[in-house]
Amino acid sequence: MPLSPAQSAVPQVLNLGNGGEPKDLDPHITTGVPEFHILMNLLEGLVSKDPKTLAPIPGVAESWKTSKDGLTYTFKLRKNAKWSNGNAVTAQDFIFSWVRLLTAETASEYAYQAFYIKNGKAFNEGKIKNPNQLGLKAVDPYTLEVKLENPTPFFLSLLFHHSLYPVHQATIEKFGSRWTRPENFVGNGAFVLSKWEINKVVSLKPNPHYWDKETVKLTEANFFPIDKHETEEKMFRAKNLHTVDDLPLEKLPVWQKDNSGVFKNHPYLGTYYYWFNCTKAPLNNKKVRQALSLAIDRDRIVRFVTRGGQIPATMFTPPGTGGFQPQSRLPKDGSQIAKAKQLLKEAGFPDGKGLPTIEILYNTSDNHKKIAEAIQHMWKENIGISAILFNQEWKVYLDNQHSKNYMVSRAGWIADYNDPNTFLDMFVSNGGNNHSGYSNTAYDQLIESAKKERNTTKRFAIFQKAEDILLEDLPVMPIYIYSRNYLLSNEVQGWHPNIEDIHPLKYISIATK
Amino acid sequence: MGLSYILRRLLVMIPVFFLVVTAVFFMIRFAPGGPFSSEKKVPPQVLKNLEAKYHMDEPLVQQYFRYLGDLSRFDLGPSFKHSNRTVNEIIAEALPVSMELGLIALCWALLIGITAGGLAALKPNTLYDYIPMSLSIMGICLPTFVIGPLLVLVFGLWLGWLPVAGWNSWQDRLLPSLTLGFAYAAYISRLTRGGFMEIRHQDFIRTARAKGLTETQILTKHALRGGILPVVSYLGPALAGIITGALVTETIFNIPGLGRFFIESALNRDYTMVMGTSLLYFSLIFLCNFLVDIIYVVLDPRVRYE
Repeated sequence: MPLSPAQSAVPQVLNLGNGGEPKDLDPHITTGVPEFHILMNLLEGLVSKDPKTLAPIPGVAESWKTSKDGLTYTFKLRKNAKWSNGNAVTAQDFIFSWVRLLTAETASEYAYQAFYIKNGKAFNEGKIKNPNQLGLKAVDPYTLEVKLENPTPFFLSLLFHHSLYPVHQATIEKFGSRWTRPENFVGNGAFVLSKWEINKVVSLKPNPHYWDKETVKLTEANFFPIDKHETEEKMFRAKNLHTVDDLPLEKLPVWQKDNSGVFKNHPYLGTYYYWFNCTKAPLNNKKVRQALSLAIDRDRIVRFVTRGGQIPATMFTPPGTGGFQPQSRLPKDGSQIAKAKQLLKEAGFPDGKGLPTIEILYNTSDNHKKIAEAIQHMWKENIGISAILFNQEWKVYLDNQHSKNYMVSRAGWIADYNDPNTFLDMFVSNGGNNHSGYSNTAYDQLIESAKKERNTTKRFAIFQKAEDILLEDLPVMPIYIYSRNYLLSNEVQGWHPNIEDIHPLKYISIATK
Repeated sequence: MGLSYILRRLLVMIPVFFLVVTAVFFMIRFAPGGPFSSEKKVPPQVLKNLEAKYHMDEPLVQQYFRYLGDLSRFDLGPSFKHSNRTVNEIIAEALPVSMELGLIALCWALLIGITAGGLAALKPNTLYDYIPMSLSIMGICLPTFVIGPLLVLVFGLWLGWLPVAGWNSWQDRLLPSLTLGFAYAAYISRLTRGGFMEIRHQDFIRTARAKGLTETQILTKHALRGGILPVVSYLGPALAGIITGALVTETIFNIPGLGRFFIESALNRDYTMVMGTSLLYFSLIFLCNFLVDIIYVVLDPRVRYE
């Protein structure tokens, strides 16, 4: 496709603020969002995502079939998919990569993303030694057959996650952990890694062997690791950046009033909440937890404290996750304080009397502090419960949270993939990320049955039941649904704001205004 | 005489260095949390594999001796956080940046500080004294996180003369080095003024004046050497501080220096990186003080190597 005159005249170089410095660019090692932003351009999975609708679209696989029972996926790989060194991308590459992800020695924190594959979990835990017993088979170099444990309806959406991208076997075997250095890197994405200066910049250039290189317009993309939002915002104003990763809270009101169109605000797939420690008195009492949750005014928190267009969380799963619209079960504002008082009385603490001081734990940050102070005030004002705040440095906070050494603890959860399961399977009994000690057999069974249900309507009905139980038992107190607030230059074309905040550079170009 | 003094100083460094290694090694290990604790719970099997990869499954004392062994070969080990780089590589990339920033800042500090201080001392209790000295009080009081963004706002955004952040061209060096050097300039100007004022009333200056030298000659030939002594003794800690303590400036201007790694590594429990940066900083501080002690002797005839 010929370039339009406007495009060819403008240098196609995109400069992005990208939050923190990437820890690594090995898709099996990294866990962070900044790394994902880069990796989705360096490597390509079987399935990609439509930049606008987020629906699965062909990636390395040009087509796929699902068996009747939903347990077997057969992917047909495109024959012109190439690694950046010119090698063909084959079914064997995916098998090597997924076996690597599941191999214990890789120590991948995201190994569980492949537990949906038959025997994936058993192999990772060492109960099965032979990788041939995994549900993976290369029927021929361009046909990959994947057998699953359960009909996992969100399996295709999972394939966009970086942990399931392919990696180049020969490169890894040659360079070990240093294969992600720019001089060694071999990928199959639309871009290749051209420069990586630590704490300075990660630069990408188009991959000359990419099968769809005609679509790629950019000649260079620079990801700048900028810890400080103030710096990022100034760089944007000085036109050094086309987009910033985040905005300082104090600057939000200024940009919200700006009408040049650069300010972007939309919901994001994540929930901000407080854990209640269900293993210790008094929060092992369901009525106390309910009273605490009824006594806060979520609407006031998002309007006056966070102020960034967040949505008051009257549910746990963010509305619209994978198309699921959960019912509101919690009050949006402080309209049910009488009920909260009643519950507190029934629990044996009329007007909060006899209740020990509640301790709120959070990791050191101004924003967390402001929210905790607002909640502390609301509890005192509305139901007479006193709370004190504890802030701890990140690692200490994690340590205390994971060992359940807390009463109430701040937390947030961002979706690993666009499906309600990523939010709701967190609360199963003894789940690795369930830090409340909460356990409910009925809940566990619902989550288990949702894994097997293939009919979307029925599946969502199951998730709604799970939500109902969760918001009745309240091992967590949802506070708000995250939002994204950032700046994007009007010169950037092909960037579509979306709830997963995914913007493949392949579709992006720079135009004059 | 001089040589044995230098040797003695260097010998003293060895046990102190050893103590620092031991203290930092065990202190960071006893801090709660570890390099692998993350928001999403790491399965026990994965944790075991990670620990084995970094020899953390061995007893602590064994790890300590392993570290000492590596250290004797100048191998600071792999970074826990930046998993495809070694601590040596990171320091090799970041230290020159910090050094450059620090040295430029120090040049600013000396240039501005000595000029202002000398001027003030030459004409005490006039406007030449009051204005620089008031400014220096401001410089001491205003923290870098106020001065930095202020300079960026004026020169970067309003006037558009200089870049707001980054570390590529020579223009990028100006604002951060000024920001960093400002507080030091303020101290140096006060020290210079004080030093000169004191020496003006000494007998040998009166003698110089009596034999008919001009004020300028007195200042440059006689007063400068003695008057600058307080500044020289301040330079050691200042140089070390300016190279190692640039975290805020580095963050404001997004400069890939070592200060950010020093703080981040402690927060991430990146054990090897904490050790590497701490030991480097210790060595720098020691070296700077050592050099200053030697220069001091050269400048002041009254001080001898003892």
